[in-house]
Formats: sequence, C-alpha cells, structure tokens
Amino acid sequence: MREIETWLIKETVKDLFLKANYFAGEDLVCKLKEAKEKEESPIGKSVLEKIILNAEIAARERIAICQDTGMAVLFVELGQDVHIVGGDFNEAINAGIREAYNEGYLRKSVVNDPLFDRKNTGDNTPAVIHIEIVKGDRIKLIAVPKGFGSENMSAVKMLTPAEGIKGIKGFVLETVMRAGPNPCPPVIVGVGIGGTMEKAALLAKKALTRSLDRRHPDERYAKLENEILELINSSGIGPGGLGGRTTALAVNIEYFPTHIAGLPVAVNISCHAYRHAEATI
Amino acid sequence: MGEIRITTPLTSEALKALKAGDEVLISGVFYTARDAAHKRLIEMIAKGKELPVDLNGQIIYYAGPAPAKPGYAAGPAGPTTSGRMDPYTIPLLELGLKGMIGKGTRSPEVVKAMKKYGAVYFGAVGGAAALISRSIKKVEVVAFEDLGTEAIHRFYVENFPAIVIIDLEGNNLYDTEPPKYRYV
Repeated sequence: MREIETWLIKETVKDLFLKANYFAGEDLVCKLKEAKEKEESPIGKSVLEKIILNAEIAARERIAICQDTGMAVLFVELGQDVHIVGGDFNEAINAGIREAYNEGYLRKSVVNDPLFDRKNTGDNTPAVIHIEIVKGDRIKLIAVPKGFGSENMSAVKMLTPAEGIKGIKGFVLETVMRAGPNPCPPVIVGVGIGGTMEKAALLAKKALTRSLDRRHPDERYAKLENEILELINSSGIGPGGLGGRTTALAVNIEYFPTHIAGLPVAVNISCHAYRHAEATI
Repeated sequence: MGEIRITTPLTSEALKALKAGDEVLISGVFYTARDAAHKRLIEMIAKGKELPVDLNGQIIYYAGPAPAKPGYAAGPAGPTTSGRMDPYTIPLLELGLKGMIGKGTRSPEVVKAMKKYGAVYFGAVGGAAALISRSIKKVEVVAFEDLGTEAIHRFYVENFPAIVIIDLEGNNLYDTEPPKYRYV
C-alpha cells in the first residue's frame, strides 16, 4: 500500500490543465504542418497557417490556444494499492481545476444546472471524472479540456451486427459531414465501438487522449482508422470548413467486447485544438 | 488574395462591395453576444424594453472571451458556433444588425432574413483565439455582467481578421468551396 496525498493530486491536475490549454502537443503541430504542405485549397492553406501561428503564440505567451478552454474531463487510472490520504479525492481534483482556471486566465464555461438555472459556477468545476481501478501503486491522470463546438457535433448510434464495417464507416462519415464547419476542422475523430451505449461513448472520449502519431495496435483497427480518415478527407469540408483536403488529422478507434445482438458506435469529435496532457504520480 | 479594410459601423456601400470569399480586416467597435445574452436580448424585445446596446448598423461577434492576462488588452477570443444563435437572430436583423462574426453554418431562415435586411456573415478562424486577440485593443463589459464570459462586451478592434462567408446576394462560401475538393 502506497500513500498519495491529495495535495499532490490537486497540484498535478492543475499543472495538467494549464499545460493542455497553453501548449499544442508536438504530435499535433507535426500533423498540422504536414497538412499545410499537402493542402490544395488556398483558403484551407491560409487557415492552417493561422492555426499553426496561433499555437506558437499561445505557447510562447502562456495563454490559451482557444478561448473555449473546455469542460474539464479527467481520466483517472487508480492503482489498487494506492491509499489516498489528506482529504477528499474528488475535491482535490476540483480544487486543482479551480486553481488552474482562476490563476491561469482560462475561461469558466460550466453552468450549474443544464436546463433550469444555467448559472455559471464561476470556477469551471465540477470536472467530469472517469475512474478505472488498475494494478499497481500509482495514479495516472489524463486531462482533457473539452471544447463544446466539437462536443456538440458528436453522436452515438446503436448499429446491428449486420451493418458491420460498412455501417461504422457510414455513420462516422455522416457525423463528420453533418458537422461541416461547426467543430473547427481539421478535427480529430474519436470512435468507440462495442460495449454498451455509454461504454461506446466513453471509449470514443478515451480515443481522444491518444497521441496522433500512434495507430491502433490491432492492425485491422489501424487499417480501418486509415480508411475512415481517407474517406473523411475526401469530403472536401477542409480547414475551417472552407474547402480543402484536410478535414481530419486522425481517426482514433477504441473497442470493447459487446453483446451478440449489438454493434454500438460512438463518434466524439475534437477540434484542431487537440488538448490532452497526462502524468503518473 | 488581397485583404479589404472595413470600418464599423458598416455603411450600405461597404456592405454591398463585400463578396463571399473576401478576406477582410475590421476596425472599429463591435459587440460580443452568445447564447445567454441573445436569450436576454430577445426577451427584452418581446417585452418592448430598450436594449442595452443600439444594434443599428452594428456587428455582433459570437464569442465568449477568456480572461485577459495582466498586461493584455484582451484574453483569447475566437468565434463560437453561430448556428446556436439562429433562433434569436431574425429579431436582431429587424433592428438593423448588419454583420455577424462567428463560425459554422446558418439556418436557411437566417440566410433568407440576411438577404431581406441586408446583412453579411463573416467567419473568423475557430480556435485561433490567441492570434485573433492581438487585434482587440480594448474591452468593456456593457451589459449582463452577471453572465461572466457570456456578458455583452464592447470590443475595440484594429484589423480584426475575418472572411466573408455569406454576402448580401446570399452567396455562401460553405456551399461553394467544399464541393471543389469533394471526392466522395
């Protein structure tokens, strides 16, 4: 049993959300530069140039890449041999978020009640926390500040087994096409396949924490990722939705066993500000 | 492609000269408003109350800025998705609103009303908030301060970069450009 103090969790969460909001990852910058070289549309090229320049300014000046600094999503992989001491675990996470958003000049975008009050909570809490118990005596934290321009364009569908690969491809493409310019393309498409309805959605979100230079370890899924990416980039939506060959930078699939009767699929879209940061304590 | 410099409030001649695809640099003043502020504006119109800002000839920027760091005139402030404001837009066009800046598609009803009332829709690059904020020289909250980032802000801008998406004739860049690069 290893003890981990809540202050360390709070500080780590704070650092991760600041880092994710200020610094575009190397994987993302690489993909954007590659895309700019290949882009055929002059407007599309100009949009990509602005996105790259924007990331440089944000990193240099330590300001948010995008004003929508997101709802704070946190994946926690909690080692079963960890004993958390010194306070409340959930409160430590929310305190880290509160400090990051207040002290880091990040936008507070959370309302207390989705339907009736819609009053801003003023500190971007509460976080959406997903906890998984794993082996070991460490805690892995993955911060995903999730903007809603792209979140709003996401979708879930319960396909039948007969619809298969064709059904998956069709639904992902349909979702991206319907979104058009709204989610700030070039997008990153997280796809969750299998499990139950909510499991598919969670897998799609988790898929958006993967580095863009990594494909799925199962070569069949890796091939499907590439095929769907090609399909999406044939849509013509382009950077900013103003036409071009760069509509998505990557398609990341995660899967889970499912029921004999089902083929759930969830599509979670991320804008080009593909923000994720992780640490293990 | 050259950039066209325009100044607010927009004259009808300036509006008429703008064509879908034109890259523009906007200077002058405009107002931010997003979901919650629009809801309040429409409620005020319905009750016959005077609005906190005169929208005649003005531009609304669909944006909710992040806080400014000390030493900065403005925090990062890129566009939000315009379509969410579609249900509130027509009464504002009726009051003389001449320009909207945002990102993403508009409803057919809004596009039709824009043509009727002579308004232009500009796109700013979504997610390029740090870059865009460099053109914002001063920010004031003018109404609904309790809404935080969703309050109506007055932005004083110099050479704010945007592109004409929908012009007075109803030409729409989102309809005309993507098919040129479509292979499916």
